[in-house]
Amino acid sequence: MKIDLTDTTASKINKALVQGRRAIGTPAVGMVLTLVIVTDEENAYDALKAASDASREHPSRTLVVIKRVSRSPRDRTQSRLDAEVRVGADAGTGETVVLRLYGEVVDHAQSVVLPLLLPDAPVVVWWPVNAPLDPAKDPLGALAQRRVTDTYASEQPVRDLATRSGTYTPGDTDLSWTRITPWRSMLAAALDQVACEVSAVEVEGEEFNPSCELLAMWLADRLDVPVKRSLSSGPGLTAVRMDTTCGPIHLDRADGTLATLSIEGQPDRAVALKRRDTAELIAEELRRLDPDDTYASALRYGVDRLKASGPVPKSDGRARLALPAPVEAAAKAPAAQATAQAPVRQEPPAPEPARKAEVK
Amino acid sequence: MSSSNPLRDPADRRLPRIAGPSGLVIFGVTGDLSRKKLMPAVYDLANRGLLPPGFSLVGFARREWAHEDFAQEVHDAVKEHARTPFREEVWQQLIQGMRFVQGTFDDDDAFERLRSTIEELDKAQGTGGNFAFYLSVPPKSFPVVIQQLKKHGLADQTGGSWRRAVIEKPFGHNLKSAEELNKVVHEVFAPDQVFRIDHYLGKETVQNILALRFANTMFEPIWNRSFVDHVQITMAEDIGIGGRAGYYDGIGAARDVIQNHLLQLLALTAMEEPASFDADALAAEKTKVLGAVRLPQDLGRDTVRAQYAAGWQGGVKVRGYLEEDGIDASSKTDTYAAVKLEIDNRRWAGVPFYLRTGKRLGRRVTEIAVVFQRAPHSPFDSTATEELGSNAIVIRVQPDEGVTVRFGSKVPGTSMEIRDVSMDFAYGESFTESSPEAYERLILDVLLGDSNLFPRTEEVELSWKILDPIEEYWDSNGKPAQYPAGTWGPVEADEMLERHGRSWRRP
Repeated sequence: MKIDLTDTTASKINKALVQGRRAIGTPAVGMVLTLVIVTDEENAYDALKAASDASREHPSRTLVVIKRVSRSPRDRTQSRLDAEVRVGADAGTGETVVLRLYGEVVDHAQSVVLPLLLPDAPVVVWWPVNAPLDPAKDPLGALAQRRVTDTYASEQPVRDLATRSGTYTPGDTDLSWTRITPWRSMLAAALDQVACEVSAVEVEGEEFNPSCELLAMWLADRLDVPVKRSLSSGPGLTAVRMDTTCGPIHLDRADGTLATLSIEGQPDRAVALKRRDTAELIAEELRRLDPDDTYASALRYGVDRLKASGPVPKSDGRARLALPAPVEAAAKAPAAQATAQAPVRQEPPAPEPARKAEVK
Repeated sequence: MSSSNPLRDPADRRLPRIAGPSGLVIFGVTGDLSRKKLMPAVYDLANRGLLPPGFSLVGFARREWAHEDFAQEVHDAVKEHARTPFREEVWQQLIQGMRFVQGTFDDDDAFERLRSTIEELDKAQGTGGNFAFYLSVPPKSFPVVIQQLKKHGLADQTGGSWRRAVIEKPFGHNLKSAEELNKVVHEVFAPDQVFRIDHYLGKETVQNILALRFANTMFEPIWNRSFVDHVQITMAEDIGIGGRAGYYDGIGAARDVIQNHLLQLLALTAMEEPASFDADALAAEKTKVLGAVRLPQDLGRDTVRAQYAAGWQGGVKVRGYLEEDGIDASSKTDTYAAVKLEIDNRRWAGVPFYLRTGKRLGRRVTEIAVVFQRAPHSPFDSTATEELGSNAIVIRVQPDEGVTVRFGSKVPGTSMEIRDVSMDFAYGESFTESSPEAYERLILDVLLGDSNLFPRTEEVELSWKILDPIEEYWDSNGKPAQYPAGTWGPVEADEMLERHGRSWRRP
């Protein structure tokens, strides 16, 4: 069931939610959290789709905050809130409110969101794109226990990682970190099988993929050894090589699905390491709402302490400015990451972030 | 698993507990349990990334299969019964470690082949000599399989590796046979390497009993004789005995269900708070409470057994137990059993625990209902509270897992009228993460060597000590009552509660 409200307020939306629930005959709901998605119109559809898939695992009230860009100065001074309330089959297993904000209210989104939060339940804010560099200081971020960013979709992922390590507040987390859980668990399992000291590590993956840096930092932080970040053409992470006192341990994934684990003195083994879609990532993210200390510790290790080989994504982004980066070409080539670096930016890179969010 | 692994950190809650290098050998792999539960559970574990790289699955059965036929069989079973979607890359990972060994249980050559298969897997898959033997075989084959494992050195743990035995109920059919079985098994496998599967204990809701009781403050203060009137633990099935006549006749509902599932549920409901959540502490509390169970003095009055008679079950005409194929028309086997037990300790003295189980009852349901006393004084007049029953907390184990709290509430209107309402917590609603199948959890625990959720020898023996006198009484006195299929049991069971002014809940 859908209820459209034009030029409305939070209290009218609340009434519509109650009315919607009554109408479909389920007045009692067991929703476990409020998920606030802050996005622009382009990414709203994909993000909401991922969230409603994830809501099968975590029934939630989903509030999609869409900040509309007003073109004329007159529009910018007027403010308006439109809402679309969805309950029942249209909203996964919970309730969804799509909020469209125009004009001044764009800067006061928290005033709309606050009255719509579920009582007593945790709040998670997710920015699929354009996440603030200091999520906890963001007015919407301040409402939440958990703040989910996605550095993968950012224009300068590595720089953003560096900044986030400075602004980290318990409750911050990043989907680039979520993406590497299977890798981390496989590497931990590999080390379970041998009793040796690791002396050096190399993490290989595509450029501008902050997951590679995070994995490298986590390994460096936990193992206390030098970690080299090297580049490949992807997809995503392609390999981790650890030199240990009892020979090398390799985890290679060339095709993005099936990886090979080779340990010195043991037979090679195939392990499934599929790149997961955004819905699965969000579902994992919502499973634990306590601060992720491991992430914090990996992040604080510092991107600049990683050893790099080949043309590296420098943290200041200068290296990338030199790359030829016509916007149209980048939009066509799926692996191209260069869009964001186009020196003259007319607009935030159009369909890129949405698709990027699909890949790990 | 090495504890010094620098990549492991207890604070890192995202990393799942992955079993160390290991393999699983299933005896009786062509059976129903294996196809419907074990193989899908192994796949689901792999799919969730919880199995170690190189995990191996060995099937042992009489059928003439090649490795490929076995893999095909697993493939079909997984496709049909697995909980999680089929993913080719996960399958590719699993299939590399699949082997089949053909043979009968008394065939020495077959066990030699099994041994060389295991050695080959250690080389090819790196299983490190760690194997669990899952005995999905009829009870009479237990001793021979166990002996064969011993004879061919398959149970020997060498150089830090482990060998474990997983056995399914029934754990004997009375105290004596249970002790014999334990002796046979423990002769070959150390007690801490023997895992007795009671799949109920792998269920999320059952584990939640402990969370509900010991993680909250609002239930424990009233969880005692001062507030609780009685407890009802029910496990009802709507099916008959089906094709299991050979197994079921002579065993009956009490031995099949009360001895293991219901007494375990009773132990979890009634036990004191364990010092910690580790296996020893839990077992200590469960053993204590099972040891305190007291049987009713008059077994004839406070126990009931019955058989289903022909009737209508959910719109289908069904036969009575005595008319089932393969059942002797004069069989005295119970298909329904209800007993009243008391627990002799300070917390529970005088609070009856009613346990009942049966086949061909109204519907399939398992639940624990803690029914509270009525308020000692009511300021409302009796007409206002006419429709008010007792408060109750019901833990629904299956299906529709969750917890219901029943209490009185005012009916909207001008007069004061109070009626029962229920407040519901449904697992499927608050955590739609489809809870893992019990077998997934239990197989993983076996591979991890975590014995929290497995009943121990003492618990099994104590349970038989509770049930044996009842069975003996039934053997020498009277015969089972009859109840029409599709109802909630015989009138005798209703009378058993009515004598004390109580009644069975309709689950």
